[in-house]
Amino acid sequence: MRPLTLKRLLWTCGGLAAVLLASVILALKLGAIPISVTDLVLNLGRIAIGRSDQLPTEYRLIIFELRMPRILLGVLVGASLSVSGASFQALLRNPLADPFVLGVSSGAALGSLLALAIAPQFPLITPLGAFLGALATIAAVYFLGRRDGQLESATLLLGGIISASFLSAMIMFLVTTLSGRDLRGIVFWLMGDLSTPVPTSLRWVLTVGLLAGIGAIYTTAADLNLLLTGEREAIHLGVEVTRVKLVVYVSASLLTALAVSASGAIGYVGLLVPHAVRLVFGSDYRLLIPASALCGAIAIVLADTLARTVAAPTELPVGAMTAMAGAPIFIYLLRRGMR
Amino acid sequence: MSVREISSHANGSREASAKDARTVRLNVEQASYAYAASEQSAPTFTLGATSFQARERELVAILGPNASGKSTLLRLVSGTIAPLSGRVELDGQETSRLDSRTRAQRIAMVHQESPILYAARAGDFVLQGRHPYGRALHLASAEDVAIARNALTQVGAEHLADRTIGELSGGEKQRIILARALAQQPRLVLLDEPTLHLDIGAQVELLERLRQLAEENKYAVVVVTHELALAAEFADQIVLLHHGTCLRVGPPAAVYQRELLEQVFEAPLDVELGPAGRPRVHLRARRNDDAT
Repeated sequence: MRPLTLKRLLWTCGGLAAVLLASVILALKLGAIPISVTDLVLNLGRIAIGRSDQLPTEYRLIIFELRMPRILLGVLVGASLSVSGASFQALLRNPLADPFVLGVSSGAALGSLLALAIAPQFPLITPLGAFLGALATIAAVYFLGRRDGQLESATLLLGGIISASFLSAMIMFLVTTLSGRDLRGIVFWLMGDLSTPVPTSLRWVLTVGLLAGIGAIYTTAADLNLLLTGEREAIHLGVEVTRVKLVVYVSASLLTALAVSASGAIGYVGLLVPHAVRLVFGSDYRLLIPASALCGAIAIVLADTLARTVAAPTELPVGAMTAMAGAPIFIYLLRRGMR
Repeated sequence: MSVREISSHANGSREASAKDARTVRLNVEQASYAYAASEQSAPTFTLGATSFQARERELVAILGPNASGKSTLLRLVSGTIAPLSGRVELDGQETSRLDSRTRAQRIAMVHQESPILYAARAGDFVLQGRHPYGRALHLASAEDVAIARNALTQVGAEHLADRTIGELSGGEKQRIILARALAQQPRLVLLDEPTLHLDIGAQVELLERLRQLAEENKYAVVVVTHELALAAEFADQIVLLHHGTCLRVGPPAAVYQRELLEQVFEAPLDVELGPAGRPRVHLRARRNDDAT
């Protein structure tokens, strides 16, 4: 018997954090203007000892005003989408659940667009609209997926896919009728993109909201382990199922909503990252949630670096990269599950 | 709570006086329940007032055909639903009023089947039984691991600890699920049709094990089943249900009467008394009806 220990938990997370740091440095280095690792380490070292005034101006611009905010956004979004995917998989007892596949991302996107159309003067209205959109979608999909009081895997996924396509059509309708705005920007955003800078007023809301959401879900990690063996079983092992489900549904919707309002609907991260983590580290949610958060961050940082460099100087939306990698793997998992 | 020890080790046929000296763990008193589609509509199923008691080390079988109210009665006992009228008490406390954590420390439930979504090791699964005792992340303490190991030993499955649940046979899986219930260190163990997917050898093994565990750990055990023969052989008391009505409560010899069982199970049966004072039930083919 090898139960999860605090030591294993910390070592695993420490190791993954180191990989994340390496990915961030790699992402800082690569781009239209390459920067050597030596320069980068030297400059980061200067900041660490509080001598940022010695930094060359062009480095400061490229690293701190262009690449760093984008990378940090990628870290937050990747972590949130992965944790939200892992949570939906436990709640719906479906290994193929993911905010994108379930249509929650589309709901959040529609919500934020509607909010923007109604009251563009308030910056906080987009994440709020996204949150309401995400909550409404997950509720709708949940009820569509129920048959005779049971959640049915195929019906649930179908409900998600149909909701997603309906919501996308609504988004297209809104975009074409309302917009005198930049269409390429909106299309990029819908596909999932990190290049649009987040307004400073939103940065704090985003950071605090995402960390709080992940934290709230993590408090239920042990309960989620039991929910995976069934709701009835969990009740008899002392889990307050209704409270746990409420906390996790609301938090996972919040994570999706904030991530979408910042970077659009980046697909498949919430599906594939928890899956890969499960294969390597096992399915214990006490380890799965922090490991998924770190691996999700790594995945998005690397995918975005690829999106920035693969066709440089032209940039691709990061959602295109994740979808290109994700869709085939999703089909593989679906077919494997059907056998 | 006073637990009175019984000096003489009882077996098969116990004396009634010794039995009555045992502490009553579970007391079900005129408990009833009704299911309805909504609050206004007429109930679609009712369980009439039912009373029985389970003492420590006693195995009670709730017996009846499908849709007789067995599972509803078990849910009332487990405290996940509260009775419409009457009381269900464990050691003097109403089970439906216990908070979920305390309830899980006192009552363990073994369900018909527990589908597992992701591969989990049997040992980790048994450790889940310690969940009601944990805090925050519920990381297992050395004590938790020792208790889980002991539970595995009690069901004869210590060698299965590192196997994944998916690779186990039906009987082995049932033992692991039972071990998780034992790791809860409950006072009352409930089982809902535990023999449903087991072959006959595993069924007998499970019930013998339950008897032995009840004896060793002073549990009261309540088993829901429709297996007439198994209940007659292993239960101390039978609660016979039919269409939501409790028809009889008592030791198997008193409950197993031919006309009664034939009526409840809608099958021609023969009942005879075995050597240990326990009734034996035989199915009789219908074509012989006229001859007898």
